[in-house]
Amino acid sequence: MTAPAGARRGSRAPYLFVAPAVVLFVAFLAVPIGYAVYLSVRGLRLTGTGIFGTRQEVFVGLDNYARTLTDPEFWAGFGRLALYGLISVPLTLGLALLFALLLDYAGSRGRRFSRTAIFLPYAIPGVTASLLWGFMYLPSTSPFSFLTRELGLGEIPFLGAGGIYPSLANVAIWGGVGFNMIIIYTSLRGIPAELSDAARIDGASEWRIAWHVKIPLVAPALVLTGLFALIGTLQVYGEPTTLKPMTTEISQTWVPLMLIYRNAFLRDDLPLASAASVVLAAGTLAVSVVLLKLTQRRALGGMR
Amino acid sequence: MKAQLLPHQRAKILPTVVLLVGALYCLVPVAWVIVASTKSGAELFSTFTFAPGTGLLDNLRDLFAYGDGQFVRWAANSALYAGAGSAASTLISTLAGYGMAKYEFRGRGVLFYAILAGVLVPGMTLAIPQYLIMSELNLVGGYWSVLLPSLISPFGIYLARVYALSSVPDATLEAARIDGASEYRILGSIGLPMMVPGMVTIFMLHFVGTWNNFLLPYIMLSDQSKFPITVGLYTLLSQGSSEPALYGIAIVGAAVSVVPLIALLLFLQRFWRLDLLSGGLKG
Repeated sequence: MTAPAGARRGSRAPYLFVAPAVVLFVAFLAVPIGYAVYLSVRGLRLTGTGIFGTRQEVFVGLDNYARTLTDPEFWAGFGRLALYGLISVPLTLGLALLFALLLDYAGSRGRRFSRTAIFLPYAIPGVTASLLWGFMYLPSTSPFSFLTRELGLGEIPFLGAGGIYPSLANVAIWGGVGFNMIIIYTSLRGIPAELSDAARIDGASEWRIAWHVKIPLVAPALVLTGLFALIGTLQVYGEPTTLKPMTTEISQTWVPLMLIYRNAFLRDDLPLASAASVVLAAGTLAVSVVLLKLTQRRALGGMR
Repeated sequence: MKAQLLPHQRAKILPTVVLLVGALYCLVPVAWVIVASTKSGAELFSTFTFAPGTGLLDNLRDLFAYGDGQFVRWAANSALYAGAGSAASTLISTLAGYGMAKYEFRGRGVLFYAILAGVLVPGMTLAIPQYLIMSELNLVGGYWSVLLPSLISPFGIYLARVYALSSVPDATLEAARIDGASEYRILGSIGLPMMVPGMVTIFMLHFVGTWNNFLLPYIMLSDQSKFPITVGLYTLLSQGSSEPALYGIAIVGAAVSVVPLIALLLFLQRFWRLDLLSGGLKG
């Protein structure tokens, strides 16, 4: 796409329009990243000898990166994140697609109500959602454990060693299904009705229409929602932090961002935290780009 | 007379049941917190969780009395961070998106890829670097430390650009130019009015995102009276393990903060143009 042919050459207007965004982009995204990269190659080292040695910030090269990448806790955090993501991402997207297809299906009743109800958790902050679910997991206040106790089955170990991953994933699923459902649903609504009608006249069942006509056509929306789910997973922080006081299963360094937080603020090792932040940000960017390349869909558009 | 329903339009049991189960799943925690907020401290841990209690008024009094009305401060702070931040951010994003979509200028390609990279690098991973910058500027702990980083929204700019490409016809701008209107006049009387539906969507997405944000204010702020609701509730909860009375306050606080959000969502739902996200607007 080209700019309107008649836009006056040399006009200052476009620069003024993008200027505030560029200034803020540089100040609060580019400069912080640059500063984090700078700090990540610095470190406090003892200089001088004997009792006169002082701790000074000096250039330490890739030391902080080496420490980050060899820290088993950093990788363990990604491992826990992977386990959590393996539960939450497919279920969030699968349920979102299922509900979107059902909303789009004329045979379903109560569609308006269901759409609003399922979308509702989107408005609830992750921290609040974790608080609500946390109390619903806590044996003394859980309605589910109440029922199983009444039935003589004992309590459900939502916050125990085996339950913590599904329990945390459930908070993410609960909060994420509605938003993704709406994105897929609006995409489904954009499909011309003639396509489904034609398949129906040919005798295709609703399942076959969903599978062979609708799902392929909303693939860009699925890639987009998958990308958001992946990015969301990599930056999980608030949910485990909120549930932490309720369970002994969540350590101070349970996910990478919690480890970074601890290094920065409880251990005052900002260079190490910066290196880990850079690794996490670069890793997320790389994963997103690879996902977009793999699917070969221009989900996020491109220069046109 | 009612039109004859086609076979696929007749009510079907299974799809309806699946949708209603989904709706129930999403409503249960909200119902739980509203019921729990009516319970006194003793009832919370003793009665069946969905049995209403008798302590609603006491709980509300405790909530609003906590820390000399801290909760109201938190709510006001959340409204400030999310409301003022999103309004300013939406305007900035719209201008930038419009500029990138409707003009050709040097550096546009670089800017586009920078914005795209900004969309793909999650804001949370930048929270620590942003903290470092804010502490260099001596802004840590103040309102600006939370407001300023939230003003720039690569995703908002990206969406504004998509919306401008699809909804502001070049021909209209061209006609105004031929009539002698300046670029600023064109923006004010043609571009911006045409972009309002897109702006509403960008505003609401940003509002929810900022309202829900936890890590950034958690890192930046230490003074309780500047906390937004998310950080405030978390503080109550983390102290609750040693002081169970705070659990009750956290639950009532959660209920009180959830209700207006739900009302807002129900009211604003029809103004959303989420097809902006799914690419339905393209072409």
